[in-house]
Amino acid sequence: MNKIKWKNICEDKEKRPEVQQYRNWEELPPIPISLPIEASMGMTGDWRTFRPIINKELCTKCGICWMYCPEGVIRKNEEGDYEVDFSFCKGCGVCAKECPNKSIEMIRESEVKHG
Amino acid sequence: MVEAQEDFMQEQETKIIKGNVAAAYAAKSARVQVISAYPITPQTTVVEKLSEFVDKGEMPGTQYIKVESEHSVMASIIGASVAGTRTFTATSGQGLFYMYEMVHWAAGTRLPIVTTIASRGPAPPWNIWADFTDVISCRDTGWMISFASGHQEIYDDILMSYKICEDHDILLPKFVAYGGFILSHTSKPVIIEDQEAVDAFLPPLPDERGWPHIFLDPERPMMHGNLIMPSGFYSEFRLKIHHTMMLAKQKIKETARDFEKAFGRNYGNGLVEEYKLNDAEIAILNYGELAMQIEQAVDELREEGYKVGCAKLRYFRPFPTEEVIDISKKVKILGVMDRATAFGSPTGGPVSSEVKSSLYNSGVSTKIVPIIAGLGGREVNLEQQKNQLKALVKLNETGEYPKDMIDGTFWDGLLEVE
Repeated sequence: MNKIKWKNICEDKEKRPEVQQYRNWEELPPIPISLPIEASMGMTGDWRTFRPIINKELCTKCGICWMYCPEGVIRKNEEGDYEVDFSFCKGCGVCAKECPNKSIEMIRESEVKHG
Repeated sequence: MVEAQEDFMQEQETKIIKGNVAAAYAAKSARVQVISAYPITPQTTVVEKLSEFVDKGEMPGTQYIKVESEHSVMASIIGASVAGTRTFTATSGQGLFYMYEMVHWAAGTRLPIVTTIASRGPAPPWNIWADFTDVISCRDTGWMISFASGHQEIYDDILMSYKICEDHDILLPKFVAYGGFILSHTSKPVIIEDQEAVDAFLPPLPDERGWPHIFLDPERPMMHGNLIMPSGFYSEFRLKIHHTMMLAKQKIKETARDFEKAFGRNYGNGLVEEYKLNDAEIAILNYGELAMQIEQAVDELREEGYKVGCAKLRYFRPFPTEEVIDISKKVKILGVMDRATAFGSPTGGPVSSEVKSSLYNSGVSTKIVPIIAGLGGREVNLEQQKNQLKALVKLNETGEYPKDMIDGTFWDGLLEVE
């Protein structure tokens, strides 16, 4: 039998590499595994057509947008305001739909940039 | 909740049991940790018997999951196996077809799941009797596929399967198939092996680290089943499944040898078994229960002076190409008998097509005669198997083919109502 060429990921639990690099099929493990690193599939904020803009005057800081965001990109900052991480926000608009006070507006990216 | 009998240890015992019960005893002997079940004829009594074992506390530490469909059976078995447990289930015919999406997923995730198939004819026409077309429809899923020809072999092959599948160089799932009703619902003596002997034969149950290529740990999350873009390693992961399947042939042979050493029962080289082939001119290759019965036909014809033999195909995936070439070399005509269909394939029978393909470019010019019989549980008795052998003897002597050669295949036993 051929010896295992791939790295047994269970052998050394504590020293599991952050990113594994393979040169050819023989070095590959039996299945692909993704370990959590930032932007493993790229900056998904690039996909956005509409940008959610939170109106601080209307926002009651209830946290519903934070709870509903399917990407987990809404955070509460030190002042207690909610902010969107535009590196990863895909612009789905769920936050704007769920906001009970209509304090989030979806604005077309081209309009944000040019005007 | 039934209290588990921690000290429950089966001692070696010969029991007169049905094929399905033998399968259940094998799962028990292998100390499977998770069973997921949905009933379907003719497999149902496998999981019924297992539920009885669990209920009586005879399978300490085994979790028995009841789900709403075969698709969920395999999905839950995949979940259990990913978590690093030895798993088992059983299905048949339409149930297997419903499971099919998850069947691919299990192999792609390289999980050593063992599943028995009490084979039945696909519907329509509605049918619940022996026909291997169901398991053969999983030909390209990445599962290993073997056939058991008798009750004892059902028990033995399931034990061997865990040893093969769980090898860290293999890590592939496997089906063990046997004919519905013909083996599943008839009774014969089966030796249930001593628990300590089975424990010594099988690899130890996986520990909390699970399998070597995957483990679940909420503190250190990982994702499997990932998307791979066309420019990524998709082809390479598929190649690895095929290459592993080829390597598995060696492991299957080793395991058959180990099994004989441990329990004294011989299964040829593990991939194929030969019977009286050395001076034979004519032979038929069978799989499943008919491979055992034809040995009797060979014996009786040899008493009449016919130089006939037979061979048994134990594995369909990986396909024993070299071994089949070796068998073919020994005879002038090799019949290949399928109790299954492969519509539109070169011969109409799945195994005969593989045999022909194996021989191409091998330099062996043995005439291959594809035979199809016994579909949907139609009886193929001893007399019919003797007549199949005699028909090939006649072909060898006179060049005359049997009457029912249709599209190059001998469809034996077609009904003709007067």
